[in-house]
Amino acid sequence: MKFLLDLLRGDSSAEKVVPPTGFTANLTLIASGAMAFLAVFILALGLSAGRQADVWEDALAQTGTVRISAPADTLDAQVTRVLEILSQTPGVGGTRRIPNEEQAELLAPWFGDDLPIDALLLPALIEVEFEGGGPDMVGLKQRLVAEAPAAVLDDHDRWRAPMVNAANGLRRLANLSLGLIAIVTAVTIALAASAALAANGQVIDVLRLVGAEDRFITRAFVRRFTLRAAGGAAMGALIALVLVVLVPNVADVAVTSDFGFRGLNWIWPIMVPVAAAVIAFFATRFAAFRRLSEVS
Amino acid sequence: MRQKRRGMTDTGAIELYSVAMDYGGRTLFRDVTFALKPGSFHFLTGPSGAGKTTLIKLCYGELTASEGRVLAFGEDTTHMDRDAIAQMRRRIGVVHQDCRFIDHLSVAENVLLPISVTGQAPSDAEANLAELMGWVGLESLSNHLPPELSGGERQRAALARAVIMSPDVVLADEPTGNVDWEMSLRILSLLIELNKLGKTILCATHDMSLIRQAKSRVSARVLRLRDGRVELAGAEL
Repeated sequence: MKFLLDLLRGDSSAEKVVPPTGFTANLTLIASGAMAFLAVFILALGLSAGRQADVWEDALAQTGTVRISAPADTLDAQVTRVLEILSQTPGVGGTRRIPNEEQAELLAPWFGDDLPIDALLLPALIEVEFEGGGPDMVGLKQRLVAEAPAAVLDDHDRWRAPMVNAANGLRRLANLSLGLIAIVTAVTIALAASAALAANGQVIDVLRLVGAEDRFITRAFVRRFTLRAAGGAAMGALIALVLVVLVPNVADVAVTSDFGFRGLNWIWPIMVPVAAAVIAFFATRFAAFRRLSEVS
Repeated sequence: MRQKRRGMTDTGAIELYSVAMDYGGRTLFRDVTFALKPGSFHFLTGPSGAGKTTLIKLCYGELTASEGRVLAFGEDTTHMDRDAIAQMRRRIGVVHQDCRFIDHLSVAENVLLPISVTGQAPSDAEANLAELMGWVGLESLSNHLPPELSGGERQRAALARAVIMSPDVVLADEPTGNVDWEMSLRILSLLIELNKLGKTILCATHDMSLIRQAKSRVSARVLRLRDGRVELAGAEL
């Protein structure tokens, strides 16, 4: 806590020994701003992917579909039998036969709105809602095969798994990208700090000559780079946030339909400048002590 | 003012025992042994390249001896960590021939640096600063930047910076190397005044006439670096 207060309060004696401007100042500002911008976008993408994965998992895990493809004269009897079986099965919360009009809407994207639905022999579809841990799928499938041979139970597993995997993969990719951004930020700021320290070699020589301890010298550089990185990251994060808020208005594809931050997730973009400051602090400190170890 | 300070041994403020220094693949000097007694005034002389600057740097821990021991205030500098070296340097004022400063700070701020780095508020030393700047004749240049100073002014500013902490020892490496004779005498006078205040002085110079000037005013010993060894110069000086 004391260290944090010292960092915020600063040390005017230490700070004024470092020239106030320079190429490395702008480099740090731009690099941290750009990295924060990317970090906020990737955070938004990762969090959206995570939410999407949860939604798909929840929605598809709690429903199933029974498809009955039978000749017209036996179709209704098999539907009735399937509904009876389902109503007796523990773990089934509800059933609903999907009417032909609704099936026509589902097929419309492929066959158009004027599909002569009555002229087609469509299978009967029964939407099944599961409750609790769901039914014993193996047992239910065997019973359906025995009592309604035309009925096929689809528990959505083959749809759900790849979609959830894809969304989780996107989430993992986002986390990896964030890690890489943190590393690149650290390396960039360490290089900028090293360049600043090298450019101020005479300052360091003079300070060592008059009896400055290493922590006095590093304090001057570390605070400056930390605040500069935090400032640049705050600007980059703010610009990214504005754009993230605007994205849903211009995109309507599945993965971005929920793009952005929701609820407590807003804390993450706010933490980006803080993370940039922490990274800058340690990167500059590392670079400073490394440089100072070369000076007697 | 002539009082025994912390770490001062009876033998010396700075002591070198059998010191050898290899530099760039050759031996600069070997078996160098001498002690700067508290309050003493020594000149270090010798031809260019003999190792005067290296010897000065050994005394304040900027370089480490290849062999032998260097003691500063009774402590072996070889075994000091970086913070201890920094603490030791606060008791040693150093003036180099090239007088390095922090160019974006004013002369006054540069002179106050040894106080700033200790964490003390420079404002506490304002009175001392004014007196010191008057002593070295730079009171009107306090707010100037170092690049605006002449060679002699830089030397005097460096001397003011070296003594603002009232160090026990002042090491001056060719402090008159870049100035005219009149300025050399003025700088010499300042060093003699410091010595009279009880400071231990080691002044490296190749200027024999300066040493003769000093010997008429102060009890100074002359160490001569020759053929890789240090010897006490005799009456020929």
